[in-house]
Amino acid sequence: MTAVTSDTPATRQAVPFVLLAQVILIANSFIMLYPVVVMVLSAFKTTGEIFEHPFALPDFTQIGNFAKVLGETAMPVYFVNSVLVTGTSILLILVLGTMAGYAVARYESRTNTFILLFFLAGLMLPLKLAVIPLFILLRDLGLLDSRWSLIVTYTAIGLPSTVFIMAGFLRTLPAELEDAARIDGASEPRIMWSIMLPLARPPMAIAAIQNAVPIWNDFFFPLVFIQTDVRKTLPQGLTTFMGEYTTDWGMLFAGLTIAAAPITLLYIALSRQFIQGMTAGAVK
Amino acid sequence: MHVSRQQPRTLKHRLWVAFLVVPPIVFMSLFVVYPILSAFAYAFYEWQGLARGEFVGLKNFREVLFGATMAPVVWNAFLHNVYALVALMIIQNGGGFLLAWLLYKEPFGFRFHRIAIFVPVVLSTIIVGFLWKLFLNPNFGIINQALYSLGLDAWAKPWLGDSSTALGALILANAWHFVGFPALVYLAGMQRIPPEVIEAARLDGTNEWQLLKTIVWPLVAPSTTILFTLLFIGAFNWFEIPYVMVGLDGSPFGSTDVLGLVFYRTAFGNQSASIQNFGMGSALATLLFLFIVVFASMLTLWLRRREIQF
Repeated sequence: MTAVTSDTPATRQAVPFVLLAQVILIANSFIMLYPVVVMVLSAFKTTGEIFEHPFALPDFTQIGNFAKVLGETAMPVYFVNSVLVTGTSILLILVLGTMAGYAVARYESRTNTFILLFFLAGLMLPLKLAVIPLFILLRDLGLLDSRWSLIVTYTAIGLPSTVFIMAGFLRTLPAELEDAARIDGASEPRIMWSIMLPLARPPMAIAAIQNAVPIWNDFFFPLVFIQTDVRKTLPQGLTTFMGEYTTDWGMLFAGLTIAAAPITLLYIALSRQFIQGMTAGAVK
Repeated sequence: MHVSRQQPRTLKHRLWVAFLVVPPIVFMSLFVVYPILSAFAYAFYEWQGLARGEFVGLKNFREVLFGATMAPVVWNAFLHNVYALVALMIIQNGGGFLLAWLLYKEPFGFRFHRIAIFVPVVLSTIIVGFLWKLFLNPNFGIINQALYSLGLDAWAKPWLGDSSTALGALILANAWHFVGFPALVYLAGMQRIPPEVIEAARLDGTNEWQLLKTIVWPLVAPSTTILFTLLFIGAFNWFEIPYVMVGLDGSPFGSTDVLGLVFYRTAFGNQSASIQNFGMGSALATLLFLFIVVFASMLTLWLRRREIQF
């Protein structure tokens, strides 16, 4: 130890502190994961087994609950709806967000500031609170109780942050790239499509993840807009399902496990991208 | 900015830029700007179901804030939102900060802990809500089952059925769901602190607590600004967890009622009283909206000034 004040608290505490930190982190990870583990284990049990031995390991060959959820309930339909709604929304968000972001970042114009302020306002306003007029607007457009009602809403919510992510990245690309292409006679759309956009895949991935997770998980807008069972998304369909099987806990846990599986597995496979994408708005 | 100097200024070029800019702006105007502006306007009208009636001025606002039936419900719910905000600031954001500090040192198992803490964050709030509702079940939930097996029968409670514990249970479920978010945002903030700064403080014999208080906390102030503002907006928009775990009426006896539930009941009705009142719902939404915008901006400004001071 080089410190003259030999017994500094920092050096003396070092070993116990490391131990304490380990204990807290392990306890925390246990609290974070154990509920998920119990959910999965319970899905392999009958309701009686869950009530009598809540903490015991199940017989993993007993997959009756899963078969029943997938075969006898509307869960697969909800899943397909969630995929369609999330996929289409992300596609629209990326197309529209890249268009506006590209124009703002690559072309000088007096309206750029106005456009950025316009999207900045959209970033701040919680659209949830405008759900009544949105409801009436969608009814007038004939979109109520359709998947499109969700797609346009999610696109509107996701667009502002995507414009900022895309503009922020596209601005950093050197002007020489497009100037060289221009001298060769390439048109503006050609420059955008063949030269600039292929370089913009990383920010697109960030924007896609940042928006896809909340859209996939959203419950509020389907609750208000969708009535027909076959058009419900997974989180909303889950409430219907939970209401139907209230006393069959084996089924309930199997339903929750199946609903949680796709995004959890995807997260475990792509944890770095998920964390980066989902905290992108708060980490600068 | 690396904007090219050789851009053509022809009509064709202007059309191309307009082609890029107009569709996103039209889309936003139709589905964000127009609904938000209408939300203000709707609050000044009487509504019969989905049909707009006559202009009634501030009547809906008076009803929401001072009316005999609405106001007590609204203020009761508002109070619960404030409780949730304060509790989550401490548990969720404060806990997130401490966990981030432990992770920052990259201890053994760092990568595992970092992935584990974020697992609940990616789950749908609906799944989280149902999961904890089952766990908190008075007879068969694992919380009470664990207490029974430890011989702590006296501690077992109908957590969600008891008005003294229900709101706390919702807050803890929410903290479980989201603590990973502030933790990893703070972690990213700490990783941007120049390591020499912390090294130097250590060599000066600064203890752990002083290091956190005088060096780390001030230097992650930008993360704090964003996290507190997001939590503020989230706490006053709170809806999914209460809806799933205790239902639309904020049972038992309104002890978990929050403004999001009041708004939904008023605007879209519930099973017991399926009366829709878009006028009053819009008035409540407008007030909530103004409250959030005014206080979130004040909070942001105050926190920003704090960032500069350090």
